[in-house]
Amino acid sequence: MALMTIAEALRQAIREEMRRDPRVFCIGEDIGILGGFGGAFTVTLGLSEEFGHERILDTPISETGLIGVAIGAAMAGLRPIADVQYGDFLFCAMDQIANQAAKMTYMSGGTVKVPLVLRAPVGATGRGAQHAQSLEAFFTHIPGLKVVAPATAYDAKGLLKSAVRDDNPVIIFEHKLLYGSKGPRAERGALSPVGEVPEEEYLVPIGKGIIRREGKDVTIVGKLLTVYRALEAAEQLAKEGIEAEVIDPRTLVPLDKELILDSVRKTGRLVIVEEDNYTGGWGADVAAMVAAEAFFWLDAPIVRVSAPDTPPPFSPPMEQFYVPSAERVVQAVKSIL
Amino acid sequence: MLTIRRFEERCNYLFMQGRIPSTLHLYIGQEAVAAGVCAHLRPDDYLFSTHRPHGHAIAKGVAPRAIMAELYGKVTGCCKGKGGSMHVGDVRVGMFPAVAIVGANAPLAAGAALAAKWLDKDRVSVCFFGEGAANEGAVHEAMNMAAIWDLPVVYVCENNLYAASTPFSKAFKIQNVADRAAAYGMPGVIVDGNDVEAVYRVAGEAIARARRREGPTLIEAKTYRLCGHSRSDPRTYRSREEEEEWAKRDPIPRLAGRLKELGLASDETLERIEQEVQALIDNAVRFAEESPLPDPEDTLKHVFWSEEG
Repeated sequence: MALMTIAEALRQAIREEMRRDPRVFCIGEDIGILGGFGGAFTVTLGLSEEFGHERILDTPISETGLIGVAIGAAMAGLRPIADVQYGDFLFCAMDQIANQAAKMTYMSGGTVKVPLVLRAPVGATGRGAQHAQSLEAFFTHIPGLKVVAPATAYDAKGLLKSAVRDDNPVIIFEHKLLYGSKGPRAERGALSPVGEVPEEEYLVPIGKGIIRREGKDVTIVGKLLTVYRALEAAEQLAKEGIEAEVIDPRTLVPLDKELILDSVRKTGRLVIVEEDNYTGGWGADVAAMVAAEAFFWLDAPIVRVSAPDTPPPFSPPMEQFYVPSAERVVQAVKSIL
Repeated sequence: MLTIRRFEERCNYLFMQGRIPSTLHLYIGQEAVAAGVCAHLRPDDYLFSTHRPHGHAIAKGVAPRAIMAELYGKVTGCCKGKGGSMHVGDVRVGMFPAVAIVGANAPLAAGAALAAKWLDKDRVSVCFFGEGAANEGAVHEAMNMAAIWDLPVVYVCENNLYAASTPFSKAFKIQNVADRAAAYGMPGVIVDGNDVEAVYRVAGEAIARARRREGPTLIEAKTYRLCGHSRSDPRTYRSREEEEEWAKRDPIPRLAGRLKELGLASDETLERIEQEVQALIDNAVRFAEESPLPDPEDTLKHVFWSEEG
């Protein structure tokens, strides 16, 4: 076992997959320039020295072009890992993602595959409204895309490796405060979820969630950074004798519904915590799913803790107000006990 | 060329009869471009088309009956009824589903060319687009990348003078789309798109150049769609005089005349070709008519890739 940050785990996943399969390559902005950043959050740092600039392919600042090229390359037999620096820039390439990557298999009657991985950093991190959105819910609404959201180094590596081997477009959302990037690219205020990553090869299957903490009184579902907020809340609640079960779905599409349903059947209460906006959010979908499929096990209304329906603000006190805190999760749990 | 023309004339007829649902974007008048370019392509070369794709598909080798069945929404269609007119294609002959978002195929073609560069020695990627698409950001981004990476891709702009109803002069300050090639650092070639010999010649050079791994080319084929943009287009945005002028340059009689002039085909030969083409189209229509509709629950299939298809 080695202790790793998520950035390091992702880098190792990319390295292993590129060594395993010569069709795998990285494409993005500032990912392989010698003396450069290694991507906005150091994930690809040093890889161009091993694999060369053909396989760690730097593009001009052209998000539509780079994602479109990655899709075309995937359709024609390569297995690209595309990196857009900040998830917010996915919107620049929305047509390529939503109309091309997501629909090509369908439009072709199942004869064309698009084995594409898109890596997209998300999360409010002191950068204001255009470099800090949480977009993962948005992309769950597009049929044809798989959406994963790892919260630990172990999962980040295992899920990225699974994504590379998947024959469908997979977007992997990475939270900027969880990377553990070092040096000048380190994030202020970041958590440091350094975790154990096995030496031997492993995969984390797409579509399988995990129970981060067992409990019997309430189920708290988080994702990415909010898994940690949920765990903090569970710690605080435990001091008051309330045992919260914390679930990390790890994959949003396809969702491990049974894991969530089983937990709710056990606890009878559900709080969903997400950094995305409230309206039309992923949490609303989970709530509807639970209401439809486990209604008679519920002892209380389902509560959602999320960011408000505003863009992410810049000023630190406003940003703290914006993102769900452990305190808000505690209050939400207490409101339904 | 004749197969494309007769196929689409029949489509239009069937559409008017209500046999074919939805809408149609006919390629009538532009056949020399598809034929002249695709004559150089092998089944393993990649083709990326547009919302006006029937001609490209036939020229690339997609079976006319599979295209016709697709237009009917039948399960035997080249996309099993999931694509329709604007998405016809058959990856087995190197044509991906046509991309109906204007200009969005340009980065895909560059991407396939990138794959070709790595995986195969001399495979090329060809991207058709209209002059309207030339003003899309995706096209600029793709051509720039294709140029900086010397990708084996040929961009073929079919300048038919109207983007839906908007004339070229309202969308461009310049006279030629091909002039933009200089800005990307690739050759830009202008050709009479109604002269199949000329298209064949310039496309051959561009495709050979791509096969030699010398980089992309932008070809601008000056042509004209003799019909409207799509169904029920009354074409009131352009004059009948202009249409008549272009009808005189119709690529099909032009080619027939040329073949006779060169002594390569007699009237009898041309008549025999006509009959063969009609029989092919009859067969395609019969196949489409007789094919079953898909099971409605097939809607749920193919959202994700499956080895079982």
